[in-house]
Amino acid sequence: MKKEYNIFEKTIMYVLLSAFGIFMIYPLIWLFLSSFKPNNEIFGSVDLLPKNVVWDAFYNGWKGSGQFSFGVFFVNTFELVIPVVVFTLISSTLVAYGFARFKFPLKKILFTLMISTLMLPNAVIIIPRYILFKNFDWLNSYLPFTIPALFACYPFFIFMLVQFFRGLPRDLDESATIDGCNSFTILVRILLPLCKPALFSAGIFQFIWTWNDFFNSMIYINSVKKYTVALGLRMSLDTTTAANWNEIMAMSVIAIIPCVLIFFFAQKYFVEGIATTGIKG
Amino acid sequence: MKIKAATTSKKKRYIGLLYISPWIIGFLVFQLYPFVSSFVYSFTDYSITNTPSFLGFKNYISMFKNDDLFYQSLGITIKYVFMSVPMKLAFALLVAMLLNIKLKFVNVFRTVYYLPSILGGSVAVAVLWKFLFMKEGVVNKVLSVLHIPSVDWLGNPSVALFTIGLLTVWQFGSSMVLFLAGLKQIPAELYEAGTVDGASKIRMFFTITIPLLTPIIFFNLIMQMVNAFQDFTGPFVITGGGPLNSTYLYAMKLYDEGFKFYKMGYASALSWILFLLILAFTALTFKSSQSWTHYEDGGDF
Repeated sequence: MKKEYNIFEKTIMYVLLSAFGIFMIYPLIWLFLSSFKPNNEIFGSVDLLPKNVVWDAFYNGWKGSGQFSFGVFFVNTFELVIPVVVFTLISSTLVAYGFARFKFPLKKILFTLMISTLMLPNAVIIIPRYILFKNFDWLNSYLPFTIPALFACYPFFIFMLVQFFRGLPRDLDESATIDGCNSFTILVRILLPLCKPALFSAGIFQFIWTWNDFFNSMIYINSVKKYTVALGLRMSLDTTTAANWNEIMAMSVIAIIPCVLIFFFAQKYFVEGIATTGIKG
Repeated sequence: MKIKAATTSKKKRYIGLLYISPWIIGFLVFQLYPFVSSFVYSFTDYSITNTPSFLGFKNYISMFKNDDLFYQSLGITIKYVFMSVPMKLAFALLVAMLLNIKLKFVNVFRTVYYLPSILGGSVAVAVLWKFLFMKEGVVNKVLSVLHIPSVDWLGNPSVALFTIGLLTVWQFGSSMVLFLAGLKQIPAELYEAGTVDGASKIRMFFTITIPLLTPIIFFNLIMQMVNAFQDFTGPFVITGGGPLNSTYLYAMKLYDEGFKFYKMGYASALSWILFLLILAFTALTFKSSQSWTHYEDGGDF
């Protein structure tokens, strides 16, 4: 498999891979370019490039419900996503450190339980969770997202970081202990700086998953004032008439952009993250 | 001195528990408690408005006896899983094989192929799918240029589920990356030996590549299956479960009963059936995997 290819074979491979690549992202390119087209042109012609570029769709789509614009939805989404990401990283790091570096009673059972929750379907716990959060009076706020993040309810990231911690030599801890570090300062001063790639990778995944989440947002958030981008988009889809589809396309483009940007700037961490844990996605 | 050492080691014994305590609390409150109570609710008529009363197996009985939509959604969900997951994995493996070569810019291609996966179950991508596959959408436009008769991708009950499934297949990126990592682990000597023995490429694929990849195939199969059984955003946004409930996946049924009609007891019962179904399929995969997965270390580690 590792043999060298001659120029002819190489060219064929490049053509094949490029053709397939274009096929794969054609829908996204189409979405992007169509959002600059006037409405009648979107479904009127097969041309990819807009004949005349118009910005109306972005301008009109951005208005959202009239009372609340997509600007509000974006701010809301960041208010939800950023605490979730930060809390997830802090709590998962502490828990992963505990599992990876210490011996304690029932460790094996607890670790197995943690791993098994990886496969616990969200569908089976969603109803009691909803009732629980309702009783806590957390509905229509972002607490159903942020508080579980604070209590390390994302076994994916715990597992990912445990795997990473296990790869760091224990000699580091031992020599730090001799230098007078306690277990917490070992974590903060010695191990965390080495964990940066893993933390980065976990943070990016959590950002994108939370950003794209629709089901949970729809259940827990019900006032338009607190809508996230995903909910705003779905609302536009329901209220917009067929004549203004380009507005929805424009807003879809805007909703995708943060994730795409992060992906391109940090793609190295993505691939590492998946390869070490076998995350879904 | 001895006493001091003993107390520190005792202290050390519990310090790990201290670090994992956030998870223990989170697990008990946000995972175990909901898990157990959904089981309990499934035997009641719990809803937001009334005080629940115990029903015994009534929810389960009426589900199996009187709820046609339950059978409908169960049937198409199983169909959906069996169609989309193997297609996704086959695609992921094929592309991973293509990418497992020494070429410049291979990473660029990997990035491009992975891009759709990060958009996952987002509403934006569902919207895109709707526009692509509408009757007057782009896909049909392209087909008509190629003189292929247009297809009612979302309006025809026998095609709509397939169209939704394609959205899942499009997001094969993470399975692909896993396969790629697995392919890189296979020693090149095996292929060299195979070539010396005169084995064809296809034969080597089935006797070397596939057996050595079985642990990863197994892992992908389980994870993708668990996810596919719960797919919601795609059908909810694209078709709303239609036409004629042909894309009314189980998660949508669950949502309607629980959060539209607030029949939470009944929805809990539905969710337990889903859970048992996933459990059964996972167990089946696990059991069968003993005969088809191949571990270098014989499965012990």
